[in-house]
Amino acid sequence: MIDFIVAPLEYGFMIRALIGSVLVGVMCPLLGAYVVTRNLAFIGDALAHAVLPGMVVGFMVGINPAIAAVPTGVGVAVLIRTVSRRAGLSTDTSIGILFATMFALGLAMLASATTIRVDMEDLLLGEPLAATPTDIYVSLGITAVVILGLFALHHWLLFSSFDPVGSQIFRTRTNIVDYAFLIMLALVIVIGIQVAGIVLVMAMLVIPAATAYLLVRRFTSMMVVSAMLGAAAAVTGLYASYHFNLPAGPAMTLVASGIFALVISFRRRAPI
Amino acid sequence: MTIEIDGHMALSSVTFDVDAGTLMGVVGPNGAGKSTLFNAIAGLLPVRRGTVTLNRVDQGGGELAYVPQRESLNWRFPVSASDVVMMGRCCRLGWFRRPGKRDRELVNACLGRVGLWDQRSALMTELSGGQRQRVFVARALAQEANVLLLDEAFSGVDVGAQEDLVGVLQALRDEGRIILLATHDMTNLAGRFDQVLCLNGYVCACGPPDQVLTSEVMEQMYGAHGVRLTMDGSGWTT
Repeated sequence: MIDFIVAPLEYGFMIRALIGSVLVGVMCPLLGAYVVTRNLAFIGDALAHAVLPGMVVGFMVGINPAIAAVPTGVGVAVLIRTVSRRAGLSTDTSIGILFATMFALGLAMLASATTIRVDMEDLLLGEPLAATPTDIYVSLGITAVVILGLFALHHWLLFSSFDPVGSQIFRTRTNIVDYAFLIMLALVIVIGIQVAGIVLVMAMLVIPAATAYLLVRRFTSMMVVSAMLGAAAAVTGLYASYHFNLPAGPAMTLVASGIFALVISFRRRAPI
Repeated sequence: MTIEIDGHMALSSVTFDVDAGTLMGVVGPNGAGKSTLFNAIAGLLPVRRGTVTLNRVDQGGGELAYVPQRESLNWRFPVSASDVVMMGRCCRLGWFRRPGKRDRELVNACLGRVGLWDQRSALMTELSGGQRQRVFVARALAQEANVLLLDEAFSGVDVGAQEDLVGVLQALRDEGRIILLATHDMTNLAGRFDQVLCLNGYVCACGPPDQVLTSEVMEQMYGAHGVRLTMDGSGWTT
């Protein structure tokens, strides 16, 4: 059993993968707690797909795709809110427009760029074992920024999440907080793509947080428990990926889903 | 003020003054513009013509607290009564300052004032309609707001809890605060409010309840149904 845990850590790539997975396993659910309770699951999926053009530009010009994806993710996050405000459309609709447009743009760029070779499977399903030291430094930097942001804005985020209309009395601050939240979400999704892939990063955002929603009563406890569950799913999934030669993103998703299935079989939350 | 929403005149030339230490009921049928009025006062809607002046200065943040209708709140979000009251402290804290001991003491004191200190750890979804409204009043107290806007505060609240809420609001009124409460409930308006603002897209009447709630005003607000409303000892009933 000890060998099962320790043996993979003899390799540098496995240690990097473990660090990356734990960071994603903690950060995605921390933001995911807001995503689940603010009914924003679609936005997580959309942002993951919408950063594809940025990543392709990164491959084309030879810079780390995670770094290149950051401005795209932030830009799309800001655009989603701006489009829905200006057009008077629901957030879901503006997400649908931007998500499809940006993903299509990324696919078109990939198809027309003859000078780069990208493994689409790694991009879609994640490949933590291929994480470079730069990827880990980027992930650590983003983690530090997002944790500071969540800590500083905690009470404003609670206010605008629970009472989106009443909090608008402080319009400037509430708008800054909402934009900051979307930017933090985009940043976390960027680091999540390396580990879980474009398609499954939403699983790490939503499933541990939804599980925690069933287990604890208050929001702050929900954040802590969802981060613990996310880290457990990420690490277990990574080991399963290593030992059973499975893709990492699906392995982590299945572990997280298994925990959710177990919890929902004996816990339920009173209807609202 | 005049408010237009998508080319439709929602409120036309609404003018009224409220003195400090007034508990005002805002009544009118569905679509009369009660929520529109509150949104405009709170700065959530652009005013096409006119101004809203609080304390002789243009409307601003911390001076005013707004409790929107129940449907506007995200009940899936699991917060306790004390979490909600602490939200009132947000505008008094800087961007990066966390609530301190004084803030927590103030939150407990505000919950105590509305009689909910022992419910401070209860989730909002576990409280009754009347208790929830009192939590929002406590939030306004924590915000140190002088003007409170409560939209449909009696909705889903039983009569006993309505009276408890009115008791709390009257005590705040006695401290000099201005409280505007929009309601459909025409019961005991004279016993509850100092002033009544009757709306139906415009101001039908404004003043002490026993002076303004005449059959003519009721007809202006409710049309043919208004004349079937009758005044008994406790207020207007059908």
